[in-house]
Amino acid sequence: MKSDWTKARVPDALIKPTLPAGGKLRFSARLALGAVTGLVALPVIALIAISVTGDFSAWPHLLAFVLPRTFLDTVFLLILVGLGTTVLGAGTAWLTTVCRFPGHRIFTWALVLPLAVPSYIAAYTQLEFFDFSGPIQGWIRAVGGYQSGREYWFPDLRSLGGAALVFSTVLYPYVYMTTRLVFARQGATALDASRSLGAKPWRMFREIGFPMARPAVAAGVALVLMETLNDIGAVEILGVKTITYAVFETWLNRDSLSGAVQLALVSLAVIIVLLVIERRARGNRGYASGSRDRPPSRLHLRGWQAVVAFSFCTLPILIGLGVPLYILGIYALRRLDTGLDGTVLQAAFNSIQVSALSGIIATCLAFAILQYGRISRRKVAGRIGRLMSLGYAVPGTVLAIGLLVPLAGLDNLIDGLMRDWFGISTGLLISGTVAILVYAYVLRFVAISHGTLDTAYSRMSPHVDYAARSLGRTPLQVTTQIHIPLLRTAVATSFLLVFVDSMKELSATLLLRPFDFETLATFVYDRASQSALEDASWAALAIVLIGLLPVYWLSRTVQHVQKKHL
Amino acid sequence: MSFSLKRAAKLLALMTGALGATLPHTIAAETVNIYSYRQADLLKPLLDGFTAKTGIQTKVLFAKKGLDQRILSEGQNSPADVLMTVDIGRLDAARALGVTQPVKSNVVADNIPAAFRDPDGHWIGLTSRARIIYASRERVAQDTITYEELADPKWKGRLCTRSGQHVYTLGLVASIVAHKGEDAARTWLEGVKANLARKPTGNDRAQVKAIYAGECDIALGNTYYMGKMETNDKEPEQKEWAKSVKLLFPNANDRGTHVNLSGVVMAKHAPNPQAALALIEYLSSEEAQKLYGAANFEYPLKPGIGPDERTASWGTLKPDTLSLAEIAKHRKRASELVDEVGLDEGPGA
Repeated sequence: MKSDWTKARVPDALIKPTLPAGGKLRFSARLALGAVTGLVALPVIALIAISVTGDFSAWPHLLAFVLPRTFLDTVFLLILVGLGTTVLGAGTAWLTTVCRFPGHRIFTWALVLPLAVPSYIAAYTQLEFFDFSGPIQGWIRAVGGYQSGREYWFPDLRSLGGAALVFSTVLYPYVYMTTRLVFARQGATALDASRSLGAKPWRMFREIGFPMARPAVAAGVALVLMETLNDIGAVEILGVKTITYAVFETWLNRDSLSGAVQLALVSLAVIIVLLVIERRARGNRGYASGSRDRPPSRLHLRGWQAVVAFSFCTLPILIGLGVPLYILGIYALRRLDTGLDGTVLQAAFNSIQVSALSGIIATCLAFAILQYGRISRRKVAGRIGRLMSLGYAVPGTVLAIGLLVPLAGLDNLIDGLMRDWFGISTGLLISGTVAILVYAYVLRFVAISHGTLDTAYSRMSPHVDYAARSLGRTPLQVTTQIHIPLLRTAVATSFLLVFVDSMKELSATLLLRPFDFETLATFVYDRASQSALEDASWAALAIVLIGLLPVYWLSRTVQHVQKKHL
Repeated sequence: MSFSLKRAAKLLALMTGALGATLPHTIAAETVNIYSYRQADLLKPLLDGFTAKTGIQTKVLFAKKGLDQRILSEGQNSPADVLMTVDIGRLDAARALGVTQPVKSNVVADNIPAAFRDPDGHWIGLTSRARIIYASRERVAQDTITYEELADPKWKGRLCTRSGQHVYTLGLVASIVAHKGEDAARTWLEGVKANLARKPTGNDRAQVKAIYAGECDIALGNTYYMGKMETNDKEPEQKEWAKSVKLLFPNANDRGTHVNLSGVVMAKHAPNPQAALALIEYLSSEEAQKLYGAANFEYPLKPGIGPDERTASWGTLKPDTLSLAEIAKHRKRASELVDEVGLDEGPGA
């Protein structure tokens, strides 16, 4: 994008009239949009049906004894994780783009790596690490000459603060990645100006860098918070009762599926309200900078400043990735005899298959909707996009129920008809195969694809489209000649993020997978739920290591984007 | 840009290529399909024994949640033949949900006492486990205890337990509701809460570790965890944890110790009912019951077999004789009481 004409601000009024201004939707377009909407809305509709056909007897108890505390705990956890990931994510993004200090090049990509660690594995291993028998407390006892855990104080990871630490150290890369792009691509003019006027690094961050990155931080934090809210593995291990935890208690211990689904829908409604508020707050301010600004010139950090920057970047990597690898590595070394046996390899293969397929479908779906919206300039595309993002806000197991009920019903219907007409049984075509699993992953993670691609689109000024169209390019040509080439990195990023998230997904997988279909995550959970993660240490390592490859590539593109501008 | 979409597409095609092969899901004739709340790993020795004896293959799908709901949704096309689970509450919930069918078998009737079966055969108990007290060898002198005593202020700041909402704890609370009534159960829970050393988290094994670490002196737990720790050659540290505790069987001198079941139901639309019946009968047989005892340190239900040698070394179990079906009726109330008292909020709250 070297051409300078993109910088020219042509008044919208001059261009817009030349674009198709709407008119009637073609039938095929309507059909496609309807189909996508239906597929996306299916589980939500099923959940609403389950909740309204059931009774509401679970509520008096929930309101009196469960929700007051659960709600507060959930809100506090979200606030802490939101703050934690903002500080870690935006802070490290700032340091690695704007400052120079020893190791800053390595940190650029290494800071993304903890994303490969599933939160339940992080919780389990960090607990081992910081627990009584872990190396830290062992060292404290050795130094202090203590015998019992009562003779000294050590914070317990099984707490709200502990859970916030665990989530922050594996989820901050979402904020890091979104924010980094902003720092790396734009703002040089403002930053360099402030610097020439004598602003100190901290003040530059506070008054220019952070405000500039606010939408990107918000986008990253939104993903982080939804991921936190839906987690059931880590909160179970750490004993933090979030709303999702209460959903499961209501369902399993008080035998009220409808009550559980009602509660899940209420929390979904809260998320929708939050997302709307966030959207409104962002308003219609366009953040597309007509062209890419060059990255700011580097601030050289020396002395204690460099030490602080170095430690600040090292710590999240050490706790988020180093601790899990260390604990799993020790376990795995003790189990060299079992090693990577056939079961683990098969599970790895299964995981990679379904995750890759989900990544492709989610990316294609998000691209199709966004591109349609871009070309047609219809609001319906934006609405479908937001609807697609809801899947991310539904806890995995609840989403699984929302899929299982209607799809198994459909399967049985088809099977019945086929038996009546042709005398053959088709069995469970969708719900008994990996199809339902891929469906669940796509629904759950298409929000990530949508978010990633949407950000990329918003960086492409609409003026590019206007110019191309006014120069006689058809919408298809604009798509293939301008949009797709510009979207390459975002497409790859979207695919890889969905791939990694699908690899880590546990709760929907457990409930929806077919017989004899073990993924790495389910294999690990099988052992971990007997509190013997040790016996699945190879599989757990495999999840992290297979996840590290795409995450490493991701981080290289983040770096690449920047280098191109240097 | 070093990245090429084409190359990525090729790679993906490779990765997903074999997917087509796994899509059509067929079920072989001589197979039992098992949905299980018990880990596949735990069932393996038993299922291997079954296959060796009958030639029937087994397939296991393990999950912690929602399997009965899955059977219900799958309806008449459900591949599940049997559902294996722990906790009487879940066995009864499966029956109540209507996903079971009665098992009529003289073999099972001969092997498993009537108290551990549904009268109509909708669920069948296979083993029992006792909810006992782990006590520090160093810091706890007494050798007998009752559940009621756990609410005694002498244990203030010394008691550990896993979450009150876990099925094992709920079973115990339900048994106290059944024996003593709701008000007594509430007072008991309040006393237990006041005695907690820390917030109820972690599993039973983690409670023993906490005793070893000096965080608490007594803890509630299931018997078989002791066996798993004592025999853990891969993590020898756990043997040390086990050495630091002794097992007290509560209420041995009155109503007996609370026990819970692991058991099995036959799915309503089991595609292989004959093979499923063969499996259930095998699991109730002497061979399987002994295996349960030896491999998992559970108590066999078939009379005359008795616990494994190691299990027997921990003490004599005198089980509570109140019917488990009766106790299961109070499970929902137990879950509510735990919330009302705020047990899981820990001692300070």
